[in-house]
Amino acid sequence: MSVLDLEHLAVDLPVEGRLRRVIHDVTLSIAQGEAVGVVGESGAGKSMTSRAVLRLLPHGATVEGEVRFEGRSVMAMDRTALRDYRLSDVAMIFQDPRAHINPVRTVGDFLVEALVERGDAKADALRVVTALLGVVGISDPQRRVKQYPHELSGGMLQRVMIASALAIEPKLLLADEPTTALDVTTQSDVMVSLDTQRRERGLAMLFVTHDLELAAAVCDRIAVMYAGFLVEDIPASQLHRGVQHPYTAGLLASRPSPTVRERRLFAIAGRPLSAYEVGDGCGFASRCAFANDRCRSERPALRVVGASRVACHRSEELSGQLSSHNIREATHD
Amino acid sequence: MTENVPALEVIGLRKEYRVRGAGSTTAVASSGSALLGHPSKRRAPTSLVAVDDVSFTVAQGRSLAVVGESGSGKTTVARMIVGLERPTGGQVVVGGRQRSWNQMGSRERRRRAREVQIVFQDPYSSLDPRMTIRACLDEVLRLHFDWPSERIDARIEELLDQVGLDRRQADGLPRSLSGGQRQRVAIARALASEPRVLICDEAVASLDVSIQAQVLNLLSDIREATGVSYLFISHDLAVVRQVSDDIVVMRRGQMVESGPTEQILTQPGDPYTQRLLAAIPRPGWHPTSSHDSGPEQTPSTESS
Ligand SMILES: Nc1ncnc2c1ncn2[C@@H]1O[C@H](COP(=O)(O)OP(=O)(O)OP(=O)(O)O)[C@@H](O)[C@H]1O
Ligand SMILES: Nc1ncnc2c1ncn2[C@@H]1O[C@H](COP(=O)(O)OP(=O)(O)OP(=O)(O)O)[C@@H](O)[C@H]1O
Ligand SMILES: [Mg+2]
Ligand SMILES: [Mg+2]
Repeated sequence: MSVLDLEHLAVDLPVEGRLRRVIHDVTLSIAQGEAVGVVGESGAGKSMTSRAVLRLLPHGATVEGEVRFEGRSVMAMDRTALRDYRLSDVAMIFQDPRAHINPVRTVGDFLVEALVERGDAKADALRVVTALLGVVGISDPQRRVKQYPHELSGGMLQRVMIASALAIEPKLLLADEPTTALDVTTQSDVMVSLDTQRRERGLAMLFVTHDLELAAAVCDRIAVMYAGFLVEDIPASQLHRGVQHPYTAGLLASRPSPTVRERRLFAIAGRPLSAYEVGDGCGFASRCAFANDRCRSERPALRVVGASRVACHRSEELSGQLSSHNIREATHD
Repeated sequence: MTENVPALEVIGLRKEYRVRGAGSTTAVASSGSALLGHPSKRRAPTSLVAVDDVSFTVAQGRSLAVVGESGSGKTTVARMIVGLERPTGGQVVVGGRQRSWNQMGSRERRRRAREVQIVFQDPYSSLDPRMTIRACLDEVLRLHFDWPSERIDARIEELLDQVGLDRRQADGLPRSLSGGQRQRVAIARALASEPRVLICDEAVASLDVSIQAQVLNLLSDIREATGVSYLFISHDLAVVRQVSDDIVVMRRGQMVESGPTEQILTQPGDPYTQRLLAAIPRPGWHPTSSHDSGPEQTPSTESS
């Protein structure tokens, strides 16, 4: 059974007194023990999607569609149910730890918060979280728990956030760019401990990242978001064997290589589009080298193609043409 | 500008922090910095050496990358260079002038701001939450340039366009932006004062690869056009390869290796650098724990 189901999730946020759409349509499931990577453009709605799962959206937000946890509607939960859900079932690693960790309380106080609220004795809770700091590679955890957030480096604070999420032993982890502030060896350690939790406890994971290679290596599937839409959902193993959406192909073509220095990096043409700017057609059409009239006038639905889902009218026709080489050529014409 | 004066030079930089004592003081475990102090006296004041004897030079128009372990002192070095943190020892020389830590007037502060700008690792805390993005850029431009309003407005548009933000985002508050959008605001704000040295502390880590490519191309264009120098702190070695001429590798407060980017990334001498390169996610890669020493730690490399 799936742990999480998002069914046609749509979110509007108030901007200057008017509601503005930031997520159009996201349908996605995560099974027990499964990891789904979420990649996509900055501003595409990755963080808002994760927040919707916790019902932690900005004040005044409206939500359409459904969020289900183990089959239960999260949208319909009353206060007590929602509180229990957040304290025991789902945890989130926020993108910007410094903005989410209270600067005037010690790291230890932050870490034990959820456990204590759940009824654990503080001393026990402290023992649990101190051990977890060790697991995420923080040396001398006994000292660290007595320090204040500003005394820790960016990557240490990010690992404090990871430890706080793991402390409640959640069934679902929403990890929003959990390793961007970590060097690659520390990142590797953290990924190993998340992997262990998946294998041993069946932890399910929504893993937001900009690192396509990391997502391919640690996730089962990769979901790609663009301007508030889920545009592609593929098995991770498929990433290098042929993606089906031109936006995903553009992302792959934009990565710098660790082994060769490019004279100039490829970037997808045009400016990023906000979700509310998307008209009747495909949100990516104005920047797509393969767009035709239909793409500009009719919005493609997400449909099943082989083992993937893709929202592109032309994915069958374009099959085999979306290599990074072709993408760069097509854009330079 | 004198041609052969380095844009930035740091000599023997050191930073110690006082730390609350009780825990173990023995401490050089898997990561983090060395603790000094007397292990037997539990209450004795202890200090943590966050940066230990770091020296490097960035010539005009060059780009130096600082990479290394989380907690190794990279941000602390950057904060000492911009004057947000007072070094325990060593010197910071910018454009041939040694930095002092005396009180300075607003004129001096302005001059310094045009010498060195920094884009912080966590942009949210460095943006004024009550100020729209446009107002924030406007403020920086008015502070540094004596331009008529039209010119200021035009420059704001140009900066927004360069980092890929649209008008509506510009009129919003930082809170209404996504993580990567805020990061781009921070980059635009740093570029606004046209500094001689730009320090980027993980400035592109939270951008998707396409926008990141755009920003990296922009930084390289600006360098070509103006001769600005970069100090680029990053965990992404592919990005480092793209933007830097030289690399400094840090671990536990110290420099473990430095040299030309191409050389360090193809023939790393230090075992830690080798482990870093081995841990870059790529096709066929699987995360392994550094605690059980992986195959990447080949014995032959220890001798060098
Ligand atoms: N409080 C808010 N009020 C109004 N709009 C908002 C608010 N927070 C975010 N937005 C907008 O919602 C959209 C989606 O934001 P979200 O944070 O989900 O993006 P993201 O995909 O996580 O991007 P990034 O990779 O940059 O973190 C963005 O365009 C952003 O400008
Ligand atoms: N204000 C402070 N008080 C006490 N210790 C501090 C303070 N600021 C930093 N430190 C310590 O100094 C060391 C170096 O921190 P720094 O932020 O420079 O690391 P970093 O290399 O930037 O790491 P990251 O890659 O995780 O951002 C860490 O052990 C940190 O805990
Ligand atoms: Mg985000
Ligand atoms: Mg740092």
